[in-house]
Amino acid sequence: MSENLLEFKNISKSFYGNQVLKDINMTVRRGEVHALIGENGAGKSTLMNILFGMSAIHETGGFEGEVLIEGKNLNIKSPHEAMAAGIGMVHQEFMLIPGFTITENIKLNREITKDNPVSKLLGKRLESLDYKQMNEDAQAALKTLDMDIESYTMVAGLPVGHMQFIEIAREIDKQGIKLLVFDEPTAVLADSEAQNLLKAIRRLAGMGIGIIFISHRLEEIVEVADTVTILRDGQHVETKPISETNAAEIARLMIGRAVTLDRDEAEARKLSDEVELSIRGLQVNMPGERVKGVDLEVHKGEILGIGGLAGQGKLGIANGIMGIYPAKGTVTFRGKELPLSSPKNVIQSGVAFVSEDRKGVGLLLDESIEMNICITAMQNQNRFLKSFGPLKMKDTAKIHAHAEEMIKELDIRCTSSQQNTGSLSGGNQQKVCVARALTQKPELLLVSEPTRGIDIGAKKLILDLLKKLNREQGMTIVMTSSELAELRSICDRIAIICDGKVAGILDPTDSDEKFGLVMSGVKLGEEKEGA
Amino acid sequence: MSELQRNTPASRVAGWVTDNLVTVIFLAFTLIGFAVSNMSFSWFLGELTGRIYRNGFLVLSLIIPVIAGLGLNFGIVVGAMAGQIAIVFIRYYNIGGTGGILLAALLATPLAILFGWATGKLYNKTRGQEMIASLIVGYFANGLYQFLFLFAVGVIVKVPSDHPLIKPDGIGVRSTVDLGMAKDGGLKYSLDYIWRVDFLTGVIVIAAAILALQLFRLLRKNAREKAAGKGVAILNIVLSAAVIAVAVYSRIARNSLTTVAKVPVVTVLLIAGLCVFIELILRTKLGQDFKAVGQSQHISEVSGINVDRTRIIAVIISTVLAAWGQVIFIQNVGTLNTYNAHTQVGMFAVASILVGGASTSKATVKQALVGMVLFNAMFIMSPEVGQAVFGQPLLGEYFRTFMVYGVIGFALGLYVWKSNRRNKLTI
Repeated sequence: MSENLLEFKNISKSFYGNQVLKDINMTVRRGEVHALIGENGAGKSTLMNILFGMSAIHETGGFEGEVLIEGKNLNIKSPHEAMAAGIGMVHQEFMLIPGFTITENIKLNREITKDNPVSKLLGKRLESLDYKQMNEDAQAALKTLDMDIESYTMVAGLPVGHMQFIEIAREIDKQGIKLLVFDEPTAVLADSEAQNLLKAIRRLAGMGIGIIFISHRLEEIVEVADTVTILRDGQHVETKPISETNAAEIARLMIGRAVTLDRDEAEARKLSDEVELSIRGLQVNMPGERVKGVDLEVHKGEILGIGGLAGQGKLGIANGIMGIYPAKGTVTFRGKELPLSSPKNVIQSGVAFVSEDRKGVGLLLDESIEMNICITAMQNQNRFLKSFGPLKMKDTAKIHAHAEEMIKELDIRCTSSQQNTGSLSGGNQQKVCVARALTQKPELLLVSEPTRGIDIGAKKLILDLLKKLNREQGMTIVMTSSELAELRSICDRIAIICDGKVAGILDPTDSDEKFGLVMSGVKLGEEKEGA
Repeated sequence: MSELQRNTPASRVAGWVTDNLVTVIFLAFTLIGFAVSNMSFSWFLGELTGRIYRNGFLVLSLIIPVIAGLGLNFGIVVGAMAGQIAIVFIRYYNIGGTGGILLAALLATPLAILFGWATGKLYNKTRGQEMIASLIVGYFANGLYQFLFLFAVGVIVKVPSDHPLIKPDGIGVRSTVDLGMAKDGGLKYSLDYIWRVDFLTGVIVIAAAILALQLFRLLRKNAREKAAGKGVAILNIVLSAAVIAVAVYSRIARNSLTTVAKVPVVTVLLIAGLCVFIELILRTKLGQDFKAVGQSQHISEVSGINVDRTRIIAVIISTVLAAWGQVIFIQNVGTLNTYNAHTQVGMFAVASILVGGASTSKATVKQALVGMVLFNAMFIMSPEVGQAVFGQPLLGEYFRTFMVYGVIGFALGLYVWKSNRRNKLTI
């Protein structure tokens, strides 16, 4: 009988001709903690979706290759079949019902029931719940995890660390659990909680359960895993026993040099020392992208990059400065303090923002291109308006002329300036967003994820445009992006955000290894302060 | 929520009042009503209990859809129609008495199941807008109902024009149909008059039952539950003991409380039975599924609960209960207002349960009971207050309408306001 609990054999998957996984091979043995690591979009989630037979896979034409569980190809077609085969998942977002007790959550839809006179007549669904037995089971599962908490406590209001453990308790309470997938389990945990979790994972592995551990935190992987598999851009890069590698090597393999958007000038430009924007102790409550105290200085005339992994808070910074989410701290722009939580004031101070949420915040999808380009200036700077006594009306002719100029300048491909922005392609929509920001004649431009969801050609155009604005008009730009390669191609300095704080400010020419380590929250011994 | 800000006694009281604002307003109105009008307490009690026997069942039918996350089911109007169709049927064949009312309930059931299934399907399609859909479904169904009774009966199904149910021209059902007294083979009081006991006896029995239940619970509960519920249990015990004492005293003293109308035992037992049924079903697998679906459809789906089916079952239960509730209502009124009796059922029941402190996402039997008392009290009180304060009972009538719709709008607005406040991001 094979020791291999799970075997992925030559797995390939493409979505609409776009190959996201190519020839992945991976095996998980009984009692092994197998770490799976890769950047956002490397294909980890797709691989797990295949394992769980998610409908997203089958509705898009299935996959190639074989998934063997204990040597058998079970052909899993739904999460329920996966569950029945003994595969469990601890979700990143908790699948817990807050108004239920711990017991009720652990036993969700697997409640223990007793029959009663009515149920004998009308069927199993009317059987009464056996709270006593359920509580005992739940308590036993919690005990396995060394959790000292009463199973009848309500889940709402528990610390997140506890919620994570309840999710795990639910999985181990299931009969015959063989393989457990942890999807970034420590992302939301404090350090001590994360340590407890790692201990629990080792204990589970000791019980003979196979573990797939997905995480970005390299230190944890080195600490807890037996084996590590690294994916990059849907390709299998390497599988190694952890004893034969180290955090630095994993970081290098994870980042690699996949996309090459080359830098024109190799050496750094000479930059002014004048501080244009100074951020002190910025905290932003943006769900999923919390900023927990950022100090950052932006110099006049530079392009500052803000990078980091998803969920670490990089997107929260620009949103917090603009006042889109509640923020606290001091932001000084050209020696004047910006009022947080007042977008109007910030815009009037000369800051423009291109949001990462193009379709939500960035554009009025059912309005014409020309209205989209001019609306912020109309609302905040009283431009493009005609006055009739107390009444103000839009100055259609002026709007039209300006929009035409912008369309020409930025090469927005459209049928006319009257076209609705909703019908434009992603790249052209992004150009409209940039045009709108430029119309405000800003002194500082905040750009978030400018190339998200845009094809490669349009990407280059947008990046060139930003660079041109910077070089020719001397505009200071803060660009936030998940794509390290594009940050490295145009930025002068790159601040990496990890866990809501600045983990380090790197030079675009620094090594892959260094970027990988800083992004994963590893403290560099010889950390260089670029500011 | 803002637990941190609720540590001083004053702010805790303020917090409680905001959470129960609707209930507090109605309580205040009832008390003021007593102060300004010279209404006799025993008359008030008689009126109040009479109204509760009549529509208590309908209000309770709303609870399960709320728990299953469908919000307030204005669609119980459709259930009420099922009840009325059954009533018209047995009236047509002149079946009366206890047998008649049972047959009506029996006939109404399959109709209500069918209607509940259809509305449940609709709610699944209009996810997130169930309440507005339920409101519109009531109006839409009313059109079909009118088609049935104003046109189909007489034109499609031939009926004798001399039948007391049918309009003199032989087409359609009369708008007001007298159902006749139960003792004369009719339907009026066919349930209520099966067995009646003196009001004070009823009060003593109910209070004694509550007392026994509370004592039993207090003794049976394990240590943890006891600590949590002890205060309330003791309060309940003291209150029921006090009620028994007052009732016994009134009996001996023969004061005005002895004149309060008698208690229809069977109706009260049915209402009490429904309360117990709701409590029990929530402890079954099905009930647990209702609660899970009500809190998160997504998590329930992922856990393998058939969300759509569970929601449909909730609506069917609600619709069937409403059908039975309407049968009870009509046997008490004794005349069938063919085209009006059902139209306001949804509004009044919803307003009642909201007054008790329920919201679109939370409802309990206790809230339904409290709501019934306070809402009906407002109904009785309004004309009296209008008379006493303005010398115009009609003003009180206007006030009723204002209160019914006002309370629904206010409670819905308050609910959104509260959840917005709770979800507001702060730093």
